[in-house]
Amino acid sequence: MRGRDIALALLLGLALWQAIVMLTGAPHFILPAPWRVAQAAYHSRAIIAENAAVTGIEVLLGLVLGTLLGALTAIQLALSKTAERLLLPILVFTQAVPVFALAPMLTLWFGYGMESKVVMAVLIIYFPVTAAFHDGLARVDQGLRDLAVSMNAGKYHFMRYVQIPNALPGLGTGLKLAAVYAPIGAVIGEWVGASKGLGYLMLLANGRAKIDLMFASLIVLAMMTVVLHIAVGRLANRLTRYAAGASHVVER
Amino acid sequence: MTASPGIRVAGQHHIGGQLLFDADITLPAGRWTCLLGRSGVGKSTVLRLMLGLETGGQFTGAVTATDGKPLKGRISYMAQSDLLLPWLSVLENVCIGARLRGAAPDVSRARSLLDRAGLLAHADKKPHMLSGGMRQRAALARTLFENRPLVLLDEPFSALDAGTRADMQELAAEVLRGCTVLLVTHDPAEATRLADQMIVMTAQAARVWPLPDTPALRAIDDPHSFECQNRLLAHLRTAA
Repeated sequence: MRGRDIALALLLGLALWQAIVMLTGAPHFILPAPWRVAQAAYHSRAIIAENAAVTGIEVLLGLVLGTLLGALTAIQLALSKTAERLLLPILVFTQAVPVFALAPMLTLWFGYGMESKVVMAVLIIYFPVTAAFHDGLARVDQGLRDLAVSMNAGKYHFMRYVQIPNALPGLGTGLKLAAVYAPIGAVIGEWVGASKGLGYLMLLANGRAKIDLMFASLIVLAMMTVVLHIAVGRLANRLTRYAAGASHVVER
Repeated sequence: MTASPGIRVAGQHHIGGQLLFDADITLPAGRWTCLLGRSGVGKSTVLRLMLGLETGGQFTGAVTATDGKPLKGRISYMAQSDLLLPWLSVLENVCIGARLRGAAPDVSRARSLLDRAGLLAHADKKPHMLSGGMRQRAALARTLFENRPLVLLDEPFSALDAGTRADMQELAAEVLRGCTVLLVTHDPAEATRLADQMIVMTAQAARVWPLPDTPALRAIDDPHSFECQNRLLAHLRTAA
């Protein structure tokens, strides 16, 4: 995607939005026009920024903790056949529980503050990260395994020097999924119960019929997610290039 | 390097109740043995048995060293694919065995081995920047770095072009002098060129094949070698 294409798509989107507002004649408390939303965003910039920061921290903390937890689990699963046999079915089973349904419980256990939202984000990204990384750790060329046996390799050293670098592209795939899911987790957590954050601000604005503020919050949330997605995508590319031995290649 | 022992594999190998082979193969100490046979006859299985690797079947018999000591830790292995780790430099790849054992690698020795393989100028490059022949030379340097008296080569030159292959054969013959070597190959010309002993394997038996009187490494255009490899090829085509 080039910058010009993105700008054009953005303009097209805004034009469509404006056209719908004009054609349907919807009142501003149902569908505010783009300009009205922009004004609301400007007037409420302080409150939006404050709440965006809270949501951003929740998402980043969730992403980091969830990735660490997922990566450690994947390594443990790959190191121990017993752990793999016992834990993998449990992990798959937990995926049958919709994480969103846990949100009220998490609020009950971790309170209305940031903690419950971070836990929500961690839970929602834990499995994709674990699964993608574990897949990469397990998928090592049989020839390399044979070579390692002939070299009397220790299993921890084999993990460190062969399996983990080999699985970095898989970790990157998991991270890209996590970057999409983590904001969803944080916002759902905020909807269920919070006193800060963009999800909270959206509910608050909705309750007071400030639909333009609600839209402004939504757009800021979307922009944050896009930025996160791009940043994580770059990181994932770096990991893939490193594993392919091309880390010295100049970044585009 | 300690004196290279010989190695003997004697027994039967079954896969799913079916006999794969019944063989008694001895690699004489300090010599090159080339193992030929049709695909699926169990050449690589013999090599895997020596290495103590999973074979996907049951072996009844014994794998022993002629000096009576255990084989584990005394064999190094080189395969058809170079198995270089793409994220490590050529030099780091050569040292990987030490790393995998949790030891500090002797980098100066690795450098001198790379020098012998003609790769010293490429020591800091990543494998994807090298040609297939250069990568296989790096794999040979990695095999040498292990400094083991027994070396098992599983078709290590088969993916190379003819010229590169001939160069690699000469390099390997030179640097592995004194080691007990098993070379599994499909190529009668390669076997005739390199073998001190040649073994042709069928499901029923592994028989020692007569070689020209000249010592290995034999010249490509030697008429006796020609004759030997022609007979060998004819035999391989008829042996089912």
